[in-house]
Amino acid sequence: MGELAAFMILSLVTLIPAVVVVTSSNIVRAALSLVPTFLGVTGLYVMLQAEFVAGIQVLIYAGAITVLILFVIMLTAGGTGARTRQINEQVPLGAMAAVWLAFVLIVIFSRTVWPVLAGALPAYNVIAVGNAFLTDYVLIFEVTSLVLLVSLVGAIVIARREE
Amino acid sequence: MQVGLTHYLVVSALLFCLGLYGILTRRNAVAILMGIELMLNAANINLVAFNRFVAPGAVAGQIFALVIITLAACEAAVGLALVMAAYRSLETIHVDEINLMKW
Repeated sequence: MGELAAFMILSLVTLIPAVVVVTSSNIVRAALSLVPTFLGVTGLYVMLQAEFVAGIQVLIYAGAITVLILFVIMLTAGGTGARTRQINEQVPLGAMAAVWLAFVLIVIFSRTVWPVLAGALPAYNVIAVGNAFLTDYVLIFEVTSLVLLVSLVGAIVIARREE
Repeated sequence: MQVGLTHYLVVSALLFCLGLYGILTRRNAVAILMGIELMLNAANINLVAFNRFVAPGAVAGQIFALVIITLAACEAAVGLALVMAAYRSLETIHVDEINLMKW
């Protein structure tokens, strides 16, 4: 019972600010509403026993990406003022597509029988995550670090003021 | 009533559709990137939930979620750098006004 209540609260904390993110006409308010959404997702990760993913979610999403988005909003004042129109003419079409997709997905999820196993994750699975990263998934690990480096250099080159 | 896999999948589907709505209806390139972040978060919830309920013996889903978080950070950095470059040369970041290649 307590688990269901916690899940409901965390889902509402995730979804209600997400509605503000996609509908608010004030872009700064939309960007700041990302923070409770990301923190709600963090709570869902904790409920799913993924503590390390939860910590990384707080650090990277709630910390870094939100601050990056706010910086860009502040640096591009011409397009983000509260008076500019923020939505295009596709609102009915977009709403129809989103509602239709949500309906189809929920129907599929409720009709499928998933092969759920009864086991539980190890209690401190940070150790398991670290071991898996350096044994079975070491290639993914290295390639990801390479992608990180390339995107860092690319972002600097693209955003640099030209001579 | 236990919280099962379907509950997490439904929350993730709703979050994904909200992100899709944001991408389809926003004019501002930064707001479109926010919608993409919502969709990536929905995918991550799916991965971690399947890891917990379908394959609890391994942590592969958490590994994939961590990789996706890293790539989302890369995508945000490059995307926002592109927005800055577009704003510097075109004085706008509304994607329906950026039509230099549409002749």
